[in-house]
Amino acid sequence: MNDMRIVRKDVDMNDTKISAKGVQVFYGDTHAIKDVDVEIKDKTVTAFIGPSGCGKSTFLRCLNRMNDTIDVCRVEGKILLDGEDIYDKRVDPVQLRAKVGMVFQRPNPFPKSIYDNIAYGPRIHGLAKNKADLDDIVEKALRRGAIWDEVKDRLDAPGTGLSGGQQQRLCIARAVATEPEVLLMDEPCSALDPIATLQVEELIDELRENFSVVIVTHSMQQAARVSQKTAFFHLGNLVEYGDTEQIFTNPQDERTESYITGRIG
Amino acid sequence: MSDFTADNGPAKGDAKSSLFHETTRTKRRNAAETRFKAYGIAAIATGLFFLVALLVAILGNGLPAFKQTFVTIPVELTEAKLDKNGNRDPADLAKVSTFGYKPVVTAALVSALKAEGIEIPFAKEEDVEDILSSSVAAQVRDTVLANPDLIGETVDFRLLASSRVDGYFKGRVTRDALVRDKNLDAEHLDIADAMVAAGLMKTTFNADFIFGSDASESRPEQAGIGVSMVGSLFMMIVVLALALPIGVAASIYLEEFAPQNKWTDLIEVNISNLAAVPSIVFGILGLAVFIQIAHLPQSAPLVGGLVLTLMTLPTIIISTRASLKAVPPSIRDAALGVGASKMQSVFHHVLPLAMPGILTGTIIGLAQALGETAPLLLIGMVGFIASNMPDGITSGFLDPNSAMPAQIYEWAKRADPAYYERAWGGIIILLVFLMTMNIIAVLLRRRFERRW
Repeated sequence: MNDMRIVRKDVDMNDTKISAKGVQVFYGDTHAIKDVDVEIKDKTVTAFIGPSGCGKSTFLRCLNRMNDTIDVCRVEGKILLDGEDIYDKRVDPVQLRAKVGMVFQRPNPFPKSIYDNIAYGPRIHGLAKNKADLDDIVEKALRRGAIWDEVKDRLDAPGTGLSGGQQQRLCIARAVATEPEVLLMDEPCSALDPIATLQVEELIDELRENFSVVIVTHSMQQAARVSQKTAFFHLGNLVEYGDTEQIFTNPQDERTESYITGRIG
Repeated sequence: MSDFTADNGPAKGDAKSSLFHETTRTKRRNAAETRFKAYGIAAIATGLFFLVALLVAILGNGLPAFKQTFVTIPVELTEAKLDKNGNRDPADLAKVSTFGYKPVVTAALVSALKAEGIEIPFAKEEDVEDILSSSVAAQVRDTVLANPDLIGETVDFRLLASSRVDGYFKGRVTRDALVRDKNLDAEHLDIADAMVAAGLMKTTFNADFIFGSDASESRPEQAGIGVSMVGSLFMMIVVLALALPIGVAASIYLEEFAPQNKWTDLIEVNISNLAAVPSIVFGILGLAVFIQIAHLPQSAPLVGGLVLTLMTLPTIIISTRASLKAVPPSIRDAALGVGASKMQSVFHHVLPLAMPGILTGTIIGLAQALGETAPLLLIGMVGFIASNMPDGITSGFLDPNSAMPAQIYEWAKRADPAYYERAWGGIIILLVFLMTMNIIAVLLRRRFERRW
């Protein structure tokens, strides 16, 4: 707990990117998310923290409708992306997911070459007109994923042959290759060692320039290091949401304070 | 279990027990473990013993079927008998039946024996012809019809010996047994021995057993498994073309797309049940549906293939679903996460990863179908004498044929012991096919298996 320093950076709190209003999520009979309202800003890293099972991952997966793949899951309320309700009947989740990319807890590269891993998204969305175009997209994505220098000589090597940290950065590069507007990250560093974690955290900070990043994390230090906004979830409720600095130095709710100081969790 | 009794721990009062001494309890546990290992080894040894016994029996009984006794003699194709008009008109040549050729062959045999100085101890010299198979006249006739220019010349022919003579050299027929056999006399065997000594007769590898067609009951020396092999091949084509796409499509739908409800549960239970249905049930279903209602031809590989498709489908569906299930969900998440549709995630990522499992399941299903006899009984593919190779693809699917296991069953049913030997030989060929298919399954699995 010695690294609780808070990164002070210019937080450019301009527009609201995602706005959730009265979101309820049910897994069968379980009420997993209870009436959550949250405004996620553009070009900002927002961290969701909270003890295990508090619903932060569930809420994250609502933001690109990954919960649709679970039969028993039911979502109520409104989630607006740039003012459009993503749960509207007219919205195709596939189109939504191209706009709201996702990085998962465990690195999950496709068992294909590094190049194909990145090129897959652009290919299915028709982002490249020709091979040279695609090469550019792949290079740009790998550079944004801060992994270009490590893999540029072996783009044909299988993505699964990389180390865990490299794989995760590859997955981030894969997610940014489709030019999303929001990047969701579900505990992206939980399977990584400290050095790889540091690299991914630095990368997240860079990604903020172009995307709105939402990150779920178990590590409060990580939330403090990378995020500008923090939301604390507890038992399916959004307990407190505010500037990271304020949440960690001057929490308004006593549950937040207990969690941050390690009394509950 | 006795392990839990507490009376044999370390002795009381013995405050510190040494690690160098086994306690009674440990001893007993170790003994139980040793016993269990012994049971396991005994079980494997029993299995191996039966396997070896089976292999020895199959090879011992079946290998002779691959060899056949042949008589090689020069046959003078006299024009006077085979082409009276002397104009080599195919229509005229075809009028001379095998009865016309038989004396020619017999005369050739007699003169060959005389040339070698082998005595013919029969009142009628022609009786010596029993040494030859009754198929030889047809063989010579076919050769002549195919090549009429041979008439008038003396040509060396490699002719089949009769199955009794062949059996004599393979140890199946003895002189004592011939006393009650009206087909052959002991004197014939003397002549056969002399012919072997003179180099006229030889027991060699017989490719016709593998590639030839079945023969009538009285000519086992001529019978081969080739035509029924072609029948099996056409059936397998039907099975592969139908069962693989239907099975894979059904599995993908059930595994990836279908909602989980009581209907899909019901379908799932029924597919599992179908896998356990005795194959003869599929046979009678095929008889009723494909032959009696749909009026497809009887005994045709098409119908056989359809029936075997029904039988193979559950196997393929179950193995395909298992291999789809084995693909980690993280791959699906990854694909959906970059905006792939459900179908794209399945066809671009899940299916390629599941492919080795699907192929293995398919090949095992095919191997099962290849060895299946019972359903073929009911659609008339057994008991049919498959004497002609199909002339083309259509005829291959629609003309009556047999299948390898059906052919083996048919041979085993026939009275002549020479057919018994051929049944074993057929089993060797069938096993070679099955083993090849299983090896391909293993190789495919090794080749395409990917780690992630």
